[in-house]
Amino acid sequence: MTATYIARSSAIASRVLAGETMVMSVLDSTFFTLNEVASAIWRAADGITPLHEIVARDVCHEFEVPIDEALADAREFVRELSAHGILQISDQPILPTVPTIGTP
Amino acid sequence: MSLLHEMNERALAHGVPLSVHIDVTYRCNERCGHCYLDHDDHGEMTTAEIKSILDQLAAAGTFFLTFSGGEVFLRRDFLELVAYARQLLFNVKVKTNAVMIREREAQELRRLGVEQVQISLYSHRPEVHDAITRFPGSLAKSVRAIRFLKAQDIKVTIANVLMKDNFADYKGTQELAHELGVHYTLDPTVTPKMDGDRSVLGLRVAGESLPTVFRDESLVGDVAAYCAPPPAPGDDIMDGYPCSAGHTSCYITPYAEVFPCVQFPIVCGNLRQQTFEEIWRNAPQFHEVRSIRARDLTTCSGCGHVGTCSRCPGLAYMEGDMRGPSTADCEKSFYRTGIPSENMRRRGLTAPPPAGLVQIGSLPA
Repeated sequence: MTATYIARSSAIASRVLAGETMVMSVLDSTFFTLNEVASAIWRAADGITPLHEIVARDVCHEFEVPIDEALADAREFVRELSAHGILQISDQPILPTVPTIGTP
Repeated sequence: MSLLHEMNERALAHGVPLSVHIDVTYRCNERCGHCYLDHDDHGEMTTAEIKSILDQLAAAGTFFLTFSGGEVFLRRDFLELVAYARQLLFNVKVKTNAVMIREREAQELRRLGVEQVQISLYSHRPEVHDAITRFPGSLAKSVRAIRFLKAQDIKVTIANVLMKDNFADYKGTQELAHELGVHYTLDPTVTPKMDGDRSVLGLRVAGESLPTVFRDESLVGDVAAYCAPPPAPGDDIMDGYPCSAGHTSCYITPYAEVFPCVQFPIVCGNLRQQTFEEIWRNAPQFHEVRSIRARDLTTCSGCGHVGTCSRCPGLAYMEGDMRGPSTADCEKSFYRTGIPSENMRRRGLTAPPPAGLVQIGSLPA
């Protein structure tokens, strides 16, 4: 099975508010709120940890969900966020991008 | 209920300052006659001080961050501050006159992920706009900047303050916004200067002219709904808060003072002496603002407009009582609906007094 890597887009604004994560695309102002499970995946989306490892470590373990079910839900979730440009998906590790001046 | 509304409710329930407006300077390269600021630098915050405040705001849960001034691009470190704010994952909005934005700045704002830029524009005609800003060529420069920003696909809003001197041009400015492909907002609010000087209020549009704007479908949408008589307020309204100031939002001056709102100049603390958390949680001024419900308002609680009025507690405060009416908003409610406010009735008025008198302050009972 090919590993899937996920990374938060740099074109988002995000904050945790009372346990839920607010995410807004700064490109089209689309606004999302992520529940606890989705927030756990979002926080772990570092571009270098494969999705199945994130799910096993942060979802199945924390929320006591079977791996197959959790992975299917996670794949659906990351596809949706990716379609809105707020999460990058790749079959290769993704290098982080941090906004700094003068370094495109 | 929209997601954003839900988030606002959640922020209110948890006492989170969801939105913060920070003026990074009061210096400006324009000299707009209606501006409420003193443009001299009385010791504005350093880069490090502002970054420290941004750290504190992120920890406090602030999501929406507005950088404004003064003219933000007069600070040489402005883009550095934006970059830092974006690293902290704020949703960043920038308010500017844009005359210093060229292609490079537009590219940087895009690359840094600024969500939107609001640009002050008072007319589509340079002889009107430049006369208000007292900066020859400023309209051309601002419009050029809008084109640079649009080329970067940045969301731009033209913000027009409606005054006597540009009233005749509000449609032309709206058409210019349409041509440029940007949003357009129009606000007839002119506020007293921060030091209490009310002389600028003479620039306000005469109340009799407001219905023209309030009945313009292109501005207000459904005119019948917008201008409808207010429904009787229920307990939800009477137990509600006048606005978000001090509840889920606040304002920070270039001198590190914290106010409930940019239009509510009551100093709640100074970030050079206390942390943001200390001020936000403990300042008596914030507690007082938060304690006010619609039913506590001295005159407005008995007004039929109480649930729909744009009453600004900051403007009321500047009139002398944060629980009292804001005369300018009474006037707007009247000219929007044709129904006198309770404030007017108590003064024996069926229409607001002539505009020139409205500006002075509370009229004798």
